[in-house]
Amino acid sequence: MRGNTPWKVAVGLTAVALAAAGCTSEPAPPATPTDGSFIMSWTEPQNKLIPAATSETGGGVVIDALFTGLTNYAATDAKTEMANADSITSADGGTTWTVKLKSGWKWHDGTPVTAKNYVDAWNYAAYTPNGMINGTFFGDIKGYGDVTSVDPDEDGPKEAPKPAKDKMDGLKVVDDTTFEVTLSGPSNLWPIKVGYSAFMPLPDVFFTNPDAFGANPIGNGPFKMNGWTKNTELKVTRFDEYQGADKPKVKDVTFRVYSDDAASYEDVKNGTIDFQQQIPQAKIIGDLYKADFPSANSNKPVSSSSFLAMPTWLPGYNDPKVRQAISMAIDRKLIVEKIFNNTRIPMNGWVNPNMAGYKDGSCGEYCTFDAAKAKALFDSATTKPAELSIAYNGDASHKPWVDAVCNSIQTALGVPCVGKPFPTFGEFRTLVTTQKMTGMSRAGWQADYPHIENWLNPLLKTGASSNDGKFSDAAFDAKLKEADGTADLQAAQKLYQDAEAMLPALMPTIPLWHGSQQTVWSAKLQTVTINTFGELDLATVTVK
Amino acid sequence: MGRYALRRLLQAIPVFIGTTFLIWFLVWGLPGDPFAGRCGEKACPPAYVNYMTEKFGLNDPLPLQYLNYLKNLATGNFGQTFNGLEIGDLLAQAFPISMKLAVVAVLAEALIGITAGVLTGLRRGSFLDNLVLVSTLVLIAVPIFVIGIVARYAFGLASVSPEAPWTELIIPGLILGSGSLAYITRLTRVNIVENRRADYVRTAVAKGLAPGRVTGVHLLRNSMIPVVTWLGLDLGALMGGAIVTEGIFNIRGIGGLLFGAIARRESGIVVSIVAILVLVYLIVNLLVDLLYGVLDPRIRYE
Repeated sequence: MRGNTPWKVAVGLTAVALAAAGCTSEPAPPATPTDGSFIMSWTEPQNKLIPAATSETGGGVVIDALFTGLTNYAATDAKTEMANADSITSADGGTTWTVKLKSGWKWHDGTPVTAKNYVDAWNYAAYTPNGMINGTFFGDIKGYGDVTSVDPDEDGPKEAPKPAKDKMDGLKVVDDTTFEVTLSGPSNLWPIKVGYSAFMPLPDVFFTNPDAFGANPIGNGPFKMNGWTKNTELKVTRFDEYQGADKPKVKDVTFRVYSDDAASYEDVKNGTIDFQQQIPQAKIIGDLYKADFPSANSNKPVSSSSFLAMPTWLPGYNDPKVRQAISMAIDRKLIVEKIFNNTRIPMNGWVNPNMAGYKDGSCGEYCTFDAAKAKALFDSATTKPAELSIAYNGDASHKPWVDAVCNSIQTALGVPCVGKPFPTFGEFRTLVTTQKMTGMSRAGWQADYPHIENWLNPLLKTGASSNDGKFSDAAFDAKLKEADGTADLQAAQKLYQDAEAMLPALMPTIPLWHGSQQTVWSAKLQTVTINTFGELDLATVTVK
Repeated sequence: MGRYALRRLLQAIPVFIGTTFLIWFLVWGLPGDPFAGRCGEKACPPAYVNYMTEKFGLNDPLPLQYLNYLKNLATGNFGQTFNGLEIGDLLAQAFPISMKLAVVAVLAEALIGITAGVLTGLRRGSFLDNLVLVSTLVLIAVPIFVIGIVARYAFGLASVSPEAPWTELIIPGLILGSGSLAYITRLTRVNIVENRRADYVRTAVAKGLAPGRVTGVHLLRNSMIPVVTWLGLDLGALMGGAIVTEGIFNIRGIGGLLFGAIARRESGIVVSIVAILVLVYLIVNLLVDLLYGVLDPRIRYE
């Protein structure tokens, strides 16, 4: 994100401009700037409200309000800042980390936040019988293998064997505010990773009844729960004993469930609610939202990008030349302009621009549209697929761009290309993960933490969890391993960039475009900052 | 009549079991793992998929799963959603809201529809008759989502607040009932026109009854049978939630819950809602049938 100032969100909007523009809003009673409340559009969480169980935005935004982990990502540039941790230091070049917590922090029920809370939470999350979605984030802690087990027949009736232990060797409580983490190998990225919500602590009360906790969580964050009407709205209120630097300036926040984004857009417009993170597609066309919200909108790249996953195990698709040719046959710029109304940014590399270590143009000519070269390259390949296809899930609006990409490829290469819809995302993902795809398939990635490593290891390393195309290259893996084990952060970043530089020749996946997010808010909200994850920064927002 | 009602209620049991069983199979019969799509664009870790599969008993054969579900249902336990909420709580939250909306819609249909139908039926060929004819045609032709979205956009209407007070439900209810309202108007009109020529109406007029009594008691009561059938079925249908209207006005009722549950493969919610809807339909149908006897004394139940 560093240096990408043009994307910073305008702050300090004046209410006068909005009133002049004829926006209607309830005349709010005069309130001190440290009080007040607002309502934001929300989606029902899909998992229990436990940090390690939540990976989607609806639950994530509430988890972020209720819990604070060791570190935070700064809202404007995603730099790591100490939050609950006083210091995270390593004396041996990145294998053993000593975490010192700030003292005086409390849970919402009044009990102190201790080192044990972190160690217990992490052990719970990593232990596979607990089935936490984010359990794999603890994979680089020593002893992770002891607390995990693999089901012998995957989804089948056989149960996975009980792991050997339920605690990782690498976690050790030193005293109330200090704990020690031993990794299985050196990694200087670790302090950056722990800002992700999977690493947040859990209070002792959680372990007495995890099921009940998920419906009424007790956190250590800037806000505490203040009632949850299921499928309708969730309310949080400021936790006045919160010790962090990001003390909120508003008192109450209501997250209201909307099933239809057009309904919530209208409600922001008439002042019923105050914030919509992503506006409906229909309002992007012709910049309608800018006319509706002249000074209360933002258009900002987010840390997510789209790719085409390649079935590298199939003959034809296993040839990098074919993959390069297909990539060169896609006119990204034209599709972004015609289909997405310029709300996507054509990609020329494998890393999102919001990441530390992002380098522009790392894909080079292979991500630049050139029909003639693409055709020549395709024809020079010995085995090539007779027909191309792009699989996608039909329950989201992918059809227009998939058809456009196919059309672009077909025109350039002279090979038939068809879009292949599957009814639901679940069915689509099942086919992808079980390697049943017979052609290309759409893929997306959203950063967990803002670093180039998060775009290489989980996506492209041999056997990685989200390596949909089963891409594998020994030299690339070795380079990643070298980077993972490098103690110096700058040197490691350089090595990751070197690894990315190997990718154009290998073309493991085809980069398409980076996402952007169009946000609107009501005249009531002031000092709106959208962080690099696309969420409203609850610490700085004020209401009129 | 008591025996008749009892027999109908007993018939409801096989209907109830049959429908829920079918829905259960259809929902679980969908291809793909219900948990595979729950981790965004990432692959779900196998530990999570295994945990959920075991927790929701999806390794058991389908008939066994269904029996377990029925067993829990008998004790009033609807089960849990994938995000750990009690399905019973969700239903208790959503049903009253959908019911309120349905009542508003049906009341609007009955009041406006029957009044307009009677007036036009009595004054066939008048300007009013033609005006109502055209407007009902428009209402029948234009889908609800068009009326709803246009109404929201044109009048800057706010969504219904979470508590869904009656006053805020009037406009969504009118929009929801608009199509049926038109049908009821036409239905009432046709019946009035036809029954006006009936012998018993001529008798009533001939024996010197006040015109108001002829219309209000003799004519209307006999013309109501098809209208009541329609209203009853409509009430049943609307209790199942109005996905479109609820979406447009963000009313947190059954429709939205059902739609979301189907999209997320939350079969526990889908089957529970269907189970309740089947009951609602059966009861409403029974009530409508019993009402026939009140409206037309010639109808007797054995």
